[in-house]
Amino acid sequence: MKKRSFADLFFLLFVVYIVLPVVATMLYAFADKWNKTILPEGLTLKWVMTLFQDPAFMQAFGRSVLLASGAVIIALLVIVPAIFVIVLYFPKYEKWIQAAVVMVYSFPGIILAVGLIRVYSKFGISMILVVLGAYVISILPYIYQGTRNSLRNVDARQLLDAAQLLGASKMQAFTKILLPTVYPGLFAGALLSFSVLFGEFVLINLVVGSRFETVQIYLMKKLSTSGHIASAVVFVYIVLMGVLTFIIAKVTKKTKGATNV
Amino acid sequence: MQQICALPNEQSLAGALYYTYEKKEGIVLISKRQAFVWLSPFLVLMLLFFLVPLLYMLITSFQNNGTFTLQQYQTILSNSYILQGFKNSITLSVVSAFIALIVTLFAVYAIMKFSEPMRERILILTNLTSNFSGIPLAFAFIVLLGNSGLFTLLFDKWEIGILSSFSLYSWAGLLLIYVYFQLPLALMLLYPIYDGIQQQWKEAAALLGASTLRFWMKIGIPVMLPGIVGTFSVLFANAMGAYASAYALTNSSYNLVAIRIGSLIKGDIFAQPELASAIAVLLAVTMVLAMLLSEWSIAKTRRKL
Repeated sequence: MKKRSFADLFFLLFVVYIVLPVVATMLYAFADKWNKTILPEGLTLKWVMTLFQDPAFMQAFGRSVLLASGAVIIALLVIVPAIFVIVLYFPKYEKWIQAAVVMVYSFPGIILAVGLIRVYSKFGISMILVVLGAYVISILPYIYQGTRNSLRNVDARQLLDAAQLLGASKMQAFTKILLPTVYPGLFAGALLSFSVLFGEFVLINLVVGSRFETVQIYLMKKLSTSGHIASAVVFVYIVLMGVLTFIIAKVTKKTKGATNV
Repeated sequence: MQQICALPNEQSLAGALYYTYEKKEGIVLISKRQAFVWLSPFLVLMLLFFLVPLLYMLITSFQNNGTFTLQQYQTILSNSYILQGFKNSITLSVVSAFIALIVTLFAVYAIMKFSEPMRERILILTNLTSNFSGIPLAFAFIVLLGNSGLFTLLFDKWEIGILSSFSLYSWAGLLLIYVYFQLPLALMLLYPIYDGIQQQWKEAAALLGASTLRFWMKIGIPVMLPGIVGTFSVLFANAMGAYASAYALTNSSYNLVAIRIGSLIKGDIFAQPELASAIAVLLAVTMVLAMLLSEWSIAKTRRKL
């Protein structure tokens, strides 16, 4: 019994530690005056209002959404077919995709940035496109996981064979049978990728710099100028992440439920 | 059965098709050209934005004005400032990974006793906070513990001596932030490892007269050990490669490997590309070793479970 309460203490510590900074920052975004008391003296909407009236923020938000969703869409169009071809038709080469996944996951932005700048800075091509390309590759682990899990759950080869035996063309079998089965896993993977890229700072800051101001770079600038505005930015960011996480959880749960039947 | 199923198609598409015979998966039908068309865009992107830059970085690290040399590596080994950066990064990564691992080991033990829906809620919360890293995370800690942070002011008001002398913009402050972003990752890695400990094992051990403590010491922890080692090395690599939060908090003033690399390549001025590449190669080697260790340990755990 004593041991149980000991572990519970660590659990409590864990939860408080990961929740407290989030809650404090969100509260700070609505605090009118908060420098002498435990809780803010008054609540206000003016920081969030100011933020949304700042065209620089709205543009930065647009750029972040554009860059992250652009990379996710390209990844879906390019990586997913490649995974399908490998998993369905050349399973013995799957270990190469897995090796690529581990490598991409192991090399952080700070290392990749050195190589990207070294190779592309002298060609005069847009460094934004270079970052976009690097983003597409960097989400390979999430896209692979999302696709692979669904494929493993349904024994995709057998489904395809059955569909083709019943007279479906390869294209029909793919769009009518395979795509709907992997769709939820892929959707969750895509949302996860989007939220990871939306929060990316290292590559965009080092490779492109402030010429292309995303939400993260906007936040970095506000850090030294206005604490309340910065916390309003973080508030918006957390809300967005919260919505995405919630949808991912719902979709994943549904997938699990469906395949257990 | 599957082979028979695949046969009609095989005959109707004969000639243009490429067959591969797989023992379990039936006969596979796809032309080589078709496969190549679907694979090539991915391979091109992988080359352009991953393999070529990393390879070029490796080559650059052995260069000085275009000639082959080991000079960059000699510079690193004789430069106490860069070496200190490595030392600081390794210490910070080891300590933060260790703290997160210990806290999470106990926390997951407690979580396992909750009901299924409750556990799911905790996992969702953890997933949410795993996105909370980099600049927003550094800022959140500034709000709490910065120069005019909420707790800083409270500690001053209550005159808690030791706590009010705490500075967020130091090693201790960075440690708090690093532990923060390690916790969700540690939970997500340890949870499935705990989950693999079967209830039957506990019951069997209990029937044979083992106490809970004895079960964990003799069975539970030995079974999980490779997984725990693997988790530790992933956490270590995670911290070694982190850049944004330290950059946001100390504005490049605290000496870490990632910060060193960043300041050597920042913006358009590419001051010492060869040196930056050599440091990045050494960092990459450290991380690849850590990841290989974790892959190996996790594979070992899977065999046991």
